[in-house]
Amino acid sequence: MSYYNFLLEPISCHAWNKDRTQIAICPNNHEVHIYKKEGGDKWSKIHELKEHNGQVTGIDWAPESNRIVTCGTDRNAYVWTLKGNVWRPTLVILRINRAARCVKWSPKENKFAVGSGSRLISICYFEQENDWWVCKHIKKPIRSTVLSLDWHPNNVLLAAGSCDFKCRIFSAYIKEVEEKPSPTPWGSKMPFGELMFESSGTDGWVHSICFSGSGGRVAWVSHDSTVAVATGSKNTVISSLRSETLPLLGVTFITENSLVAAGHDCYPMLYVYDEGKGTITFGGKLDIPKQNAQRGMTARERFQNLDKKASSETEKATLESVHKNSISQISILEGDKSKCRKFCTTGMDGGMTIWDVKTLESSMKDLKII
Amino acid sequence: MAKNTLSSRFRKVDIDEYDENKFVDEQEEAAEQQGPDEAEVDSLIRQYPLREQDTLQKKKQQLIKSLNWDNMAAFHAALRNPPINTKNQAVKERAQGIVLKVLTSFRSSEIEQAVKSLDKNSVDLLMKYIYKGFEKPSDNSSAILLQWHEKAFAVGGLGSIVRVLTARKTV
Repeated sequence: MSYYNFLLEPISCHAWNKDRTQIAICPNNHEVHIYKKEGGDKWSKIHELKEHNGQVTGIDWAPESNRIVTCGTDRNAYVWTLKGNVWRPTLVILRINRAARCVKWSPKENKFAVGSGSRLISICYFEQENDWWVCKHIKKPIRSTVLSLDWHPNNVLLAAGSCDFKCRIFSAYIKEVEEKPSPTPWGSKMPFGELMFESSGTDGWVHSICFSGSGGRVAWVSHDSTVAVATGSKNTVISSLRSETLPLLGVTFITENSLVAAGHDCYPMLYVYDEGKGTITFGGKLDIPKQNAQRGMTARERFQNLDKKASSETEKATLESVHKNSISQISILEGDKSKCRKFCTTGMDGGMTIWDVKTLESSMKDLKII
Repeated sequence: MAKNTLSSRFRKVDIDEYDENKFVDEQEEAAEQQGPDEAEVDSLIRQYPLREQDTLQKKKQQLIKSLNWDNMAAFHAALRNPPINTKNQAVKERAQGIVLKVLTSFRSSEIEQAVKSLDKNSVDLLMKYIYKGFEKPSDNSSAILLQWHEKAFAVGGLGSIVRVLTARKTV
């Protein structure tokens, strides 16, 4: 587990390139900075992408075609291609009148989806004849800002979590760029914009959403401190867990049954999903705290504590986790969603931590990642 | 000197009411939600010997082994049938009153055991009632509610408080 502090400002969003030697981050302003890993623990800034007029809210780096798509509060999205040693932007007209909030390339990288505050999702694809990115909208029945998106491995289904307390799966089938998809557990008829699944029973904004490696399951975390997983079938059953922690902001599958989620509690946690029982259980806190020397308290300090805080406990007021502020995004570094070896978290403390699954498994006794 | 002589009535208009994109919660089917049964709870609080006529007591005979159990049973009865889906304020007030009565009838040492006997959903429900009780403090209620809050927090954690804040339908 290695922690690197990029800046003092929050990292709004990040994306890795294909071989994980470069990371693109937004340092809480209108720009995107690309850092390259030098030897050891050093990172150096090699590019600055300045085109947005508003804060950049989403970055995604397509591994195969090496294109970066960014979206921001200026209601625009740009697709950046590397020409020589310079990243050149291409504007994509999203036809939205509110800020864009999240963006994701599809698995085949021939289209990307942008979620926005205009209560719709823009699916953008490249039209060869006009040499231009064109977008189509999915509007119904979204009733509030779309906060998070994730693509199904079949390149057609898209999961969207939004502020109207629901998680939905839509079909984003574009006949110009792909063939009809084969039936999935979520349904067989998939015209563009078709609602395949809508969740219920959540009381908070859906902050993050993730398909499993096979695409048969979708997990989401919401602002009422719950984690939920749904398995696609004729009668989809939603299992949810009410946690005792603060709300979670990011979630990802690391195997078909295990989820890692992190949020305002500043440390990632493991959740295990059992499809047979339909339950989610808390697997453990994934932070390895440093062994701090226990300093004895003097009698005076004890009395002062009792006077000021009415407690005689020797609890310290500092955070013992690696991140010193909320974690806002989790991404998979090595492996994929069905077998992840390393994942990365970035947070509002401007830091990035890389977690190694094997090391975590061996250092925490009861941790079982199935 | 600078008196505004033009009409300023427009300033009192609530434009959010006219916004066609205004978010309205879905209307779920409001089941027969009358709130907890007051008679049932009352009878359980009062600590007199079992009466055969009381059918509810009959059902709970196995459970009620000592006088202390009356309080527990009352507690569980009070947390049943919460008036979550109804919009009727009177029902909600009544339910709040019943729950508060039960909470005050507990001794401080028994609170922890009572909270431990609840399942997760009930802990969340208890937290909702506690915070509702904080809204309208009466003579001694705040102190007792704070004791209940401490014990419920130990079990439910920050998550249960977050769920009180984010709940769309409250007691």
